[in-house]
Amino acid sequence: MNGMIGRKLGMTRLFDEDGRHVPVTVIEAGPCVVTQVKTAGGADKYDAVQLGFGPLKPKNAPRPQKGHFEKAGTGPLRIVGEFTLDEGDAYVRGDRVDVSLFTGVARVDVTGVTRGFGFQGRIKRWNQGRGPASHGSKNVRMSGSTGMHTKPGRSLKNTSMAGQLGNKQETKKNLSVVRVDQERNLLLVKGSVPGSKNGIVYIRVSR
Amino acid sequence: MSNIVDTIRTEKLRTDLPVFSIGDTIRCRMNITEGGKTRIQNYEGVVIARQGSANEASITVRKISNGVAVERVLPIESPNLAGIELVRRGRIRRSKLYYLRELTGKKARIREKQFGRK
Repeated sequence: MNGMIGRKLGMTRLFDEDGRHVPVTVIEAGPCVVTQVKTAGGADKYDAVQLGFGPLKPKNAPRPQKGHFEKAGTGPLRIVGEFTLDEGDAYVRGDRVDVSLFTGVARVDVTGVTRGFGFQGRIKRWNQGRGPASHGSKNVRMSGSTGMHTKPGRSLKNTSMAGQLGNKQETKKNLSVVRVDQERNLLLVKGSVPGSKNGIVYIRVSR
Repeated sequence: MSNIVDTIRTEKLRTDLPVFSIGDTIRCRMNITEGGKTRIQNYEGVVIARQGSANEASITVRKISNGVAVERVLPIESPNLAGIELVRRGRIRRSKLYYLRELTGKKARIREKQFGRK
């Protein structure tokens, strides 16, 4: 399988054997439960496994979902996600997947939903400069020109303007795996990952 | 911060360093790698600040080297810091001694801590 679901716990730092400082993000990776297996020969027409992660109180789970999770022999789970299979993988519904999946893996991609900043101006959102503050200036934080004149007579698409910043799915690729802690189900990767603390992240082995 | 991250931050803290505080003069034994060889270099100065906690803690050590003021920020959990010797304890009244940067000569001295006195 190419990945699993986890929860970002926070950041700290470690030192490597040369004494260099390594910033790391601590991710609680799994344990996940295989809640469904999709096969190319079956109704789904493609190979994948669905993983569930994070307990959910039974009273908060919709009834159809309860039945779905019962088939996997587990209580209701908060998050499900689909992952592709590697050659020769044979997973059965109800299997548990833990962080040992990443033993020997050098690099991973981490997907998460970035922290939301709401509607922000172009200075914060696009790192643009500001106008002069004094001498009668009135465009301190205003956007300047957004395009040309008669030709093309419109603003081009993707012009950087004010708008929603963050709260958007993002993937950070090729993060080095620093440590795999099987006892505590922890995965330590170098650098930051998208999302807030306790945010759900999808960890996949880098191609 | 979650408890698990706190555990990771505190689980391998070193215990070989003496107790020292801000205002003390310390001798830091630094591992210096030059041309594939590692040797120890001493760096002696006054601790003027301490930042962070657990494995993220670092100290700022200030010295006057040949008339030039030098400040180094040393992560105390770094393996490159081979050890610390306490040279002199200082009597100070604040936790960040940034005011020393403005002072020179006799004014930049720190009184030694006298024990057993009020």
